[in-house]
Amino acid sequence: MSNSLAADLIIPIIKIIIVGLFPLIMVMVMVWLERRVVAFIQLRLGPNRVGFQGILQPIVDAIKLFFKEDITHTGVDKVLFNISPVLVLFSSILAFCFIPLGGTMQIGTYNLNFWVAESPVGLLLIIGISSISVFGVIFGGWSSNSKYPLLGALRSVVQILSYEIPVAFSVLSIIFFSQSMNMIDIVNRQKDAGIWYGFMLPVSFVIFWISVVAETNRAPFDLPEAESELVAGFHTEYSGIKFAYFYMAEYAHMVLASSLAVVLFFGGWLPPFPNVAALSFLHVIPGFVWYLLKIMFFLYLFIWIRGTFPRYRFDELVRLAWKWLIPLSLLNILVIAFVRSFA
Amino acid sequence: MFIHTFGPVAIQIAFAIGMALFLLIFTNAIGPKKYNPVKFDTYECGVSYFNDARGMFNVKFYLIAVIFILFDIEAVFIIPWSVIFMEFKKLGLGLFILGEMAVFLGVLVLAYIYIIKKGALKWD
Repeated sequence: MSNSLAADLIIPIIKIIIVGLFPLIMVMVMVWLERRVVAFIQLRLGPNRVGFQGILQPIVDAIKLFFKEDITHTGVDKVLFNISPVLVLFSSILAFCFIPLGGTMQIGTYNLNFWVAESPVGLLLIIGISSISVFGVIFGGWSSNSKYPLLGALRSVVQILSYEIPVAFSVLSIIFFSQSMNMIDIVNRQKDAGIWYGFMLPVSFVIFWISVVAETNRAPFDLPEAESELVAGFHTEYSGIKFAYFYMAEYAHMVLASSLAVVLFFGGWLPPFPNVAALSFLHVIPGFVWYLLKIMFFLYLFIWIRGTFPRYRFDELVRLAWKWLIPLSLLNILVIAFVRSFA
Repeated sequence: MFIHTFGPVAIQIAFAIGMALFLLIFTNAIGPKKYNPVKFDTYECGVSYFNDARGMFNVKFYLIAVIFILFDIEAVFIIPWSVIFMEFKKLGLGLFILGEMAVFLGVLVLAYIYIIKKGALKWD
C-alpha cells in the first residue's frame, strides 16, 4: 500500500516540482550564457565579476527585481494588466509537462519515467499550450494604454500568428513517420528507424527552426521589442516582478522551442546512432544528459543567430512567412505524403 | 487512464499558477511603495503624455489574423489525416487519400492566390 502511494503520488509530485523549476533554472543559465556569448561575439567581456566567470549574475539580477517596486500606472485596465504576465509564464511552464526530459530508468522494480504526463495528442497539446502566451502579449499591450506597448503587441501577435502555421505544417511531416502525436512514441520510433528525423527531413527542420526563432520573438525577428524603435515593445510599462515574468517567459519559450526541436528532430534522450552496436557504450550516459547536451546546442544556436544577423524589416518578416515558408511547407507535406504513399 | 494522464497535468497547472501568483504577491509585499504623481504617468519620449493610446490601427493586422484562422482550421484537418495516412496505405488506398488531400489543398491554394492577388499580404 505504502509502496503504491509512493509510486502514484509522491514521485509524480517530485517530478512536477523538478519539471516546473527546470525551465526557470535553464532561464538563469541562458541569461548568463547569452550576455557572455554575445559579449564575446562583439569583442566585449560581458558580466565576469559576480562568482566564477559571472555565473551568479542572473541570481543577483533576479533578487534585485524581487525588491523593485511594482508600478501599475494610471489609465490601465487593471485586471488584464495583472493577468498577462502570469498567463505568459504559466503557458511556458505548463508545456514542459508533456516533454520527455529523458528515457525510462529502472530502479529496482520501479520504472522511473522522465516525463510528467504521456498523452496520445502530446504534440498538439504542447503547440496549443505554448500559444496561450499570445493572449498574454495582446492583453499586456492593450491594457497598458500606451502607444509603444500597443504597437509592439500588434506586431508581436501578427508575427506569432504568421509563424504558427509553418511550425504546425513542418511538425506534421514528423507524424507521417511516427504515426503518433505522443512525444514518447516519436522518440521511440526514431530509435526503431535508426536515424534522427532531422537528418531524414532536413527541409522540415529548417522551416521549423526559422519559424520557431520568429515565434519566440528573437533576433533577427525581434521586431515586437525592437528597442531602437519601440522602447521595449509590449512590456514597456511593466516593472519589477511583472517585467521579470515576461523576461523569464521569453527565455522559457526558447528552452521549450529547443526541447521541441530536440525531441521531434534530434532523437530526444537517444545517443547518436542508437542502433549501431559499436557505439552502444554511449547508452551508459543517461538519457537526461544527452537531452541536456542537445538543448544546450540549440540554445547556443539562438544566441549565435542573435549575434550574427541584423534585424528584419516588418514587411520582409510578413513576406517571409506568407510567401516563402507557408507555400514551401505545404509543398513539403505533399512531397512527403507522395513519397510515403509509394515507399 | 484519464486520471493517470491528466492528474499530473492538473497538479502542474496548479503549481505553475501558484508559483506565479505567490511570487507576485510576495514581491509586492516586500517591495517599496512610494507615491509620486509623475511616476504613475504613462510612458512617453521626452514630452508629456496626451490622449488615449487605443485609437485606430492598420487594418492589415486584422487581415492577417483572419487569414491565419483559415490556415489554422486547415491544419486542424491535415493533422488527423497525417496520423491515419499509413493505415490507409496498408489497405492499398494510399493514392486515394493523397488525392483527397490534394483536392482539399487545391481549394486552399486557390484562396491563397486570391488573397495575394488582392494584396492582403502587401505591406508598404
